[in-house]
Amino acid sequence: MSAHILAVDDSASMRQMVAFTLKAAGYEVTEAEDGAVALGLAKQGKYKLVLADVNMPNMDGLTLVKNLRMLPDYRFTPLLMLTTESTPEKKAEGKAAGATGWLVKPFNPEQLIATIQKVIG
Amino acid sequence: MTLDLSRFHQTFFDESFEGLDTMEAALLQLDPAAVDAETINTIFRAAHSIKGGSGTFGFTAVASFTHLLETLLDQMRSGKRVITAGNVDLLLKSSDAVRELLHAAKEARQANVELIAHHQQALEAALATDGSAAAVAEAEPTPEVADGWRIRFLPQPSLFRSGNEPMRILRELASLGPLSAEPVLDASLTLVDSLPEDAHLGWQLTLAAPVNEAVVREVFSWVEDECTLVIESIKAVAEAPPGKPQLTVIEGGKGRALPDDRRSSDRRSGERRGDAAAPANGVAAAGGGGSIRVPTEKIDLLINLVGELVITQAMLAQQAGVLDPTLCEKLLAGLGQLDRNTRQLQESVMSIRMLPMDFVFSRFPRLVHDLAAKLGKQIRLDTIGADTELDKSVIEKIADPLTHLVRNSLDHGIESAEERIAAGKPAEGSITLKAGHRGGNIVIEIIDDGRGLNRERILAKARSNGLDVSDSMSDSDVNQLIFAPGFSTAEVVTDVSGRGVGMDVVKKNIHALNGQVDLASKPGKGTHITIRLPLTLAILDGMSIAVGNEVFIVPLASVVESLQARREDVHTVGGAGRVVRVRNEMVPLMALHDLVQLPVTSAPEHNLFILIESEGRKLALAVDELLGQQQVVVKSLESNYRRVPYMSGATILGDGRVALILDAAELVRRTAPALAA
Amino acid sequence: MTAATELVHTSQGRSAIEAMVQEYLTFTLGEEEYGVDILKVQEIRGYDTITRMPDAPDFIKGVINLRGTIVPVVDMRIKFKLGKVVYDEFTVMIILNLGRRVVGMVVDGVSDVMQLNPDQIRPAPEFGGGVNTKYITGLGALEQRMLILVDIEKLMSATDMQLMDVQAQALQ
Repeated sequence: MSAHILAVDDSASMRQMVAFTLKAAGYEVTEAEDGAVALGLAKQGKYKLVLADVNMPNMDGLTLVKNLRMLPDYRFTPLLMLTTESTPEKKAEGKAAGATGWLVKPFNPEQLIATIQKVIG
Repeated sequence: MTLDLSRFHQTFFDESFEGLDTMEAALLQLDPAAVDAETINTIFRAAHSIKGGSGTFGFTAVASFTHLLETLLDQMRSGKRVITAGNVDLLLKSSDAVRELLHAAKEARQANVELIAHHQQALEAALATDGSAAAVAEAEPTPEVADGWRIRFLPQPSLFRSGNEPMRILRELASLGPLSAEPVLDASLTLVDSLPEDAHLGWQLTLAAPVNEAVVREVFSWVEDECTLVIESIKAVAEAPPGKPQLTVIEGGKGRALPDDRRSSDRRSGERRGDAAAPANGVAAAGGGGSIRVPTEKIDLLINLVGELVITQAMLAQQAGVLDPTLCEKLLAGLGQLDRNTRQLQESVMSIRMLPMDFVFSRFPRLVHDLAAKLGKQIRLDTIGADTELDKSVIEKIADPLTHLVRNSLDHGIESAEERIAAGKPAEGSITLKAGHRGGNIVIEIIDDGRGLNRERILAKARSNGLDVSDSMSDSDVNQLIFAPGFSTAEVVTDVSGRGVGMDVVKKNIHALNGQVDLASKPGKGTHITIRLPLTLAILDGMSIAVGNEVFIVPLASVVESLQARREDVHTVGGAGRVVRVRNEMVPLMALHDLVQLPVTSAPEHNLFILIESEGRKLALAVDELLGQQQVVVKSLESNYRRVPYMSGATILGDGRVALILDAAELVRRTAPALAA
Repeated sequence: MTAATELVHTSQGRSAIEAMVQEYLTFTLGEEEYGVDILKVQEIRGYDTITRMPDAPDFIKGVINLRGTIVPVVDMRIKFKLGKVVYDEFTVMIILNLGRRVVGMVVDGVSDVMQLNPDQIRPAPEFGGGVNTKYITGLGALEQRMLILVDIEKLMSATDMQLMDVQAQALQ
């Protein structure tokens, strides 16, 4: 059984790249183009991991993470931020919101897979 | 795993160019006096996405340039840098540079190095004015290498609640080298206040791997703030790992080999799935939020098919007309349903091609901004009705004529501030772009409050061009002269309006769209240009008329009325032309069969007319019979044949025959002045 | 699919020598027999309802609806003043596909599809039949018959055919 991952990014190319890479690695992937859409999807199904961009219209990644953490189903779910910011403040912001960790952009498919496999095997 | 990322390049470029457009529009909206946080955020987000994507897809030149842009924007966003008009200008120019870089990347060519370097310097200079950001360059700690590491890792109780898992961390450490772990129990733990979801176990770890401290820290990077972490180096000479109750967690090799196997076995099935899910070449799903990118050819194919369906449906309806309603009740009801469904389908399909006028309007703020600066004029641009929808093909073709007209207004219409003040007008000139529906048409207006057209200059220029003009011509006729070929009254040919393309081309382009352009101007007050366009070029509401055995379609938009004239209302003028009295107006008269020079089988009385109007002029067309109104799918005559005088195209009737569509504008243009003169 | 086009398909994929053999659809105009490259022939149809075009020479009969596209029809008998101009159930129209354009031409009759080797083709004569020699690529000699081989694409694109706009002609 493959794990179901929710990939959230407002950039279609990034989202497609992430989804394609993860699918190629055998995961099941659902895409969402902003936090609001992702939150809606998350409420309807249980994802084993959520990958979210930080800067997005409608609902940003941090708000999404905060909201997800309040849902009983997602209290312990790994929520990873995809971010171009590598400054400690930005990371602290993510952590404070409830993120598990982050993946700093730009990353390549290999790095993405390696990270995901570390987290959910 | 190596994946070819080039399949995402098209999407990346598409969204990046869109992002740049958004950025540009937002920048132009940005009022330094009253900064709107959301606008800045939008601009930042666009730069941010381009940077992220370009980094990921390996367009490093784009990424590094955008990084500067993003840094500047971030400072503005966080309030560390004030937003000035100069900054906005710099950002606009930088977005141009990004555009050039993206184009270069897309076309796999060398970017315009000079331009990029220039803008990069400007950006760097701007960033340097506030040292804090540019100097942020992290002082890299000198890496410390040791033979091994002793790590004390005591998670805070909340660790699990951030989705983290100590086992993952231990496994990751084990992947670096042999790892041994000793549990450390939380001494303060009491069963009463402990929750099962809290982390209470800590570890004393020994990692026998000669790696950098940074590598070890990286493993804990997600949980740094959620644990107590002490990392100490072990030198080769130091003692062996403490030996008491040891818990060998994971063997280094195994932890790595497993996922590798899994990957290779999963790849085959995974890739197949990935391929199926990946969008077809050039098609980029823009997401589940209700929009999808589709190549226009697909839509056009769909429209053509629906067009065929409409014809077939009309053919069926015609055939069914002879059926006995009492015997074929169900069939006829079904045909009625088909008729409604076909129409709805056609409408929905056509609406796919509709784009808001904003598509074109959005380019003008930038244009006005740049040109006003260049010409040293103060100009305010207002757009009204940007959400008016128009067929994509029309939108694309109207962009250039419209740009030309706006440039003209800017360059020749609006005066300099001094000149305006001297004339008692506000220093700031105004250009208004307006779009809206009127009847079955879209009307686009370009209104400026500039100096208006100069009648004397136009007349003088017309004379020098050898045109037949007189001083007694009406203002509107004089104004029409500027649409004559090779006409330009500008004293100085500036690089704004340019040479070559004149108003005649603008007019020609608009006519090619079945549109019309009218111009009104008051000296010293301004110029008002009105463009009328059909909603779409693919479908036309027409009136079908018969002349002899032939059927023609007259665009309904140009039909004023049909009338039955009395013989005494028809007069011959100068032995050549005829006119018909319509109420108190004498309208030139043409028999359609003469005009199209077709042999006519019947010899009707020709007292049935349809009155058409175009460009403010009327013409009465004598026809034999009015057959009714219908929507027709416009087909090109030129794809296999050539242009036919007085006809704008053809269509296929319900019985499969081809019928010509009359070009009202051309009819009026070619016949009315000949009679009036 | 017509017999003519099927022949085209079956003739594909043969040896290089055989590939030099060209196939021609032959048709008659009066007493003369003509041949056009079969690859340019889309289909053969009967004469059906034609919509006349204003401002067109008499040999342009008008346009027809060919499955949704508008296709002009030329009556070669009128254009080259050959044959009897009658329209009945035997009147045939060859639909030509000339790259970017589709044109129909009315002829007296369609005979058959002929194969010609290069050595069966004689150079075009200095004098011609109805068709101007500059559109004749050669004469095909076949036992008792003589085929006038026409470069139909060039002919149909000629200015005096009035089948396209001058600008379009410049682009051809």
